[in-house]
Amino acid sequence: MSKMNLTRRGVLKTGAIAGAGVAAPTIFTAQSAAAFTNEPTGSSVTLGFNVPQSGPYADEGADELRAYELAVEHLNGGGDGGLMNTFSSKALQGNGIMGKKVEYVTGDTQTKSDAARASARSMIEKDGAVMITGGSSSGVAVAVQALCQEAGVIFMAGLTHSNDTTGKDKKANGFRHFFNSYMSGAALAPILANNYGTDRRAYHLTADYNWGYTTEEAVRTSTEAMGWETVAAVKTPLTQTDFSSYIAPVLQSGADVLVLNHYGGNMVNSLTNAVQFGLRDKLVNDKNFEIVVPLYSRLMAKGAGANVKGIFGSTNWHWSLQDEGSKQFVQSFGTKYGFPPSQAAHTCYVQAMLYADAVERAGSFNPCAVAEALEGFEFDGMGNGPTLYRAEDHQCFKDVLVVKGKENPTSEFDLLEIVEVTPVSQVTYDASIFGGELGSCNPGA
Amino acid sequence: MEAIILQILNGLDKGSAYALIALGLTLIFGTLGVVNFAHGALFMIGAFCAVTLSRMLQISHTVIDETQKDFLGNPLKVEVPYIHEIFGQTTGDVIIDWAVPISILFAIPVMVLIGVAMERGLIKHFYSRPHADQILVTFGLAIVLQEIIKYYYGANPIPTPAPDAFRGSFDFGAALGFDPNTIIYPYWRLVYFGFAALIIGGVFAFLQFTTFVMVVRAGMADRETVQLLGINIDKRFTLMFGLAAAVAGLAGVMYTPINSPNYHMGMDFLVLSFVVVVVGGMGSLPGAVLAGFLLGILESFASMREVLEFLPGINQIIIYLVAIIILLTRPRGLMGRKGVMED
Repeated sequence: MSKMNLTRRGVLKTGAIAGAGVAAPTIFTAQSAAAFTNEPTGSSVTLGFNVPQSGPYADEGADELRAYELAVEHLNGGGDGGLMNTFSSKALQGNGIMGKKVEYVTGDTQTKSDAARASARSMIEKDGAVMITGGSSSGVAVAVQALCQEAGVIFMAGLTHSNDTTGKDKKANGFRHFFNSYMSGAALAPILANNYGTDRRAYHLTADYNWGYTTEEAVRTSTEAMGWETVAAVKTPLTQTDFSSYIAPVLQSGADVLVLNHYGGNMVNSLTNAVQFGLRDKLVNDKNFEIVVPLYSRLMAKGAGANVKGIFGSTNWHWSLQDEGSKQFVQSFGTKYGFPPSQAAHTCYVQAMLYADAVERAGSFNPCAVAEALEGFEFDGMGNGPTLYRAEDHQCFKDVLVVKGKENPTSEFDLLEIVEVTPVSQVTYDASIFGGELGSCNPGA
Repeated sequence: MEAIILQILNGLDKGSAYALIALGLTLIFGTLGVVNFAHGALFMIGAFCAVTLSRMLQISHTVIDETQKDFLGNPLKVEVPYIHEIFGQTTGDVIIDWAVPISILFAIPVMVLIGVAMERGLIKHFYSRPHADQILVTFGLAIVLQEIIKYYYGANPIPTPAPDAFRGSFDFGAALGFDPNTIIYPYWRLVYFGFAALIIGGVFAFLQFTTFVMVVRAGMADRETVQLLGINIDKRFTLMFGLAAAVAGLAGVMYTPINSPNYHMGMDFLVLSFVVVVVGGMGSLPGAVLAGFLLGILESFASMREVLEFLPGINQIIIYLVAIIILLTRPRGLMGRKGVMED
């Protein structure tokens, strides 16, 4: 019989190895106990809100977080119930989700893909989040969506506009409510043709990353179909702050429309520079020179100030809409926070609600059951009119808003006015045009 | 031809900002021997002085306007600036409109104070430390300052327009005999270039016609002897830093109408300004200014569509390429003193 060598060193070594083994993340290893990743077993369920809390989109991230907190309050039965009052599905009862109290954790994407993935991973592994949502950039959305697919949790995208998110980078665990570049192009083109004519020459300045490319392509294709000519399309670095060297050659090119495929800080600076150069006061080809901003963000429009007046663009939603859902949401958000919600806040709130509702209807938190409940789901009362969550690509199809900068804003929130509500039939496309494979859902088990 | 003239103009105003920041950096390095990575943050703080003054001038009280409604359907609350009540609406509006130039007066003492506080609080402990330590500590300070600004002002750019009198652009093309509308340039950018030239001229005159810098340089070479001569070298070091901070701050103040200030603008300019200093010659003031304008013009030319078609992406790397070439072939920079950075 051998003597057991029980020394202090031996105990420490074994204890350390055992501890490391227990603490090791089990996210990618089979979970014999749970049927799917982070299956909620107690009286609460945790959602993960992954928003930009630092970096250039921090203000938008803050609005997204406000919307999520409001959604959690309503789901748990607090406040005035918000969009649960107008939502066409009545599965939500205000008692949490499937009777479990909704709790949440937050992460900071910093608008950087690697930071976003790290914070999402942390929320899934350490905090037990059963769903990840939020974000203000397509680069981040695509990265986090891929992570959630691997990890076996549902990803409800926040603000992401690139075609790729539900196009070539689509994933079975990912769902997007926000509209995309194609829809913007399709909605804007007829309005631009009506207001500016069909004999126009467009100069594109495009942010040099995936969202910029898809937006430029969408606007080019749809305007060229209306008869416009694209004179030039120049890529501008994402980190650019002074666009004067790109704006300066525009007038010499013979173009009479400048399309700014820019978002956020890029849009604020390029638009400010373009107006400073007096482009909007110029007459080219016997026409007034015009500027178009395909994707507007009200929070960013604030940064551009008076420069947005009279400029056309598109948004997913606007607080001045008069349908019951929009009015209810503006009331709930406005009463709690004192100012109207942005489109980022709206889409995030709606995504949280849609997820909760899907769980209730599926009767389970299992990602595959939730995905099945969302695919092909038609609903109304959430502020965009009748909406379809298309099964082929997990993209919401609804009416799109064409907006214009107001000439006489009454307040800092009142910068944009709705010019047209483009019906969904005009912005629908075949899912196969963007390629990509949805694959099958991953429950993580 | 018109395209070339246009890009030269562009480069001049961009180069003005680089030159002013590089001037401050070189002042600090050439006379105090400190590599100050917080200089971009000083540029940013100057810009936010303009934002702060603009906000201060627009401090308002709320008046309920029953005839209009807000987004919730309640009577609209209208903000009426106090300045309207003190000076009347017309004069009040003019003052608010001219907030950016007025901020120059406000920014000078603020920036000098901040420079003095930085120097007394932090920089003076690093005069004899290796440059790497100086870089680390000042870069850390820059991040702290940046985050403080972001905390109080938010992450979004804050529009700070130029006075109405300078709205619009000047048709250079027509003035030079070209077709109209081919070479147009915003008035305010021309003002900025003129302002930068004035500041640079002022700094050079100060250095040329006073003994201040000579004393500071002597203090750097042999501090003890200078102090034994009865000169308070510490005070002069502090003032020099304050001067450099004021130059950076003023560059920031007048830049606000060109690009809406945001918390990150300091970092955006800092790296390029350091490249400018290296190319111009560490410790050479004329070199810093010259390199600032040259690199600004070069960056402008590299963004031309014709150039980008030939060499895509060149606009993002041209300045660094030039810096690499200069460092490899002439490490002391274009006008640097022989022996500096060559060991």
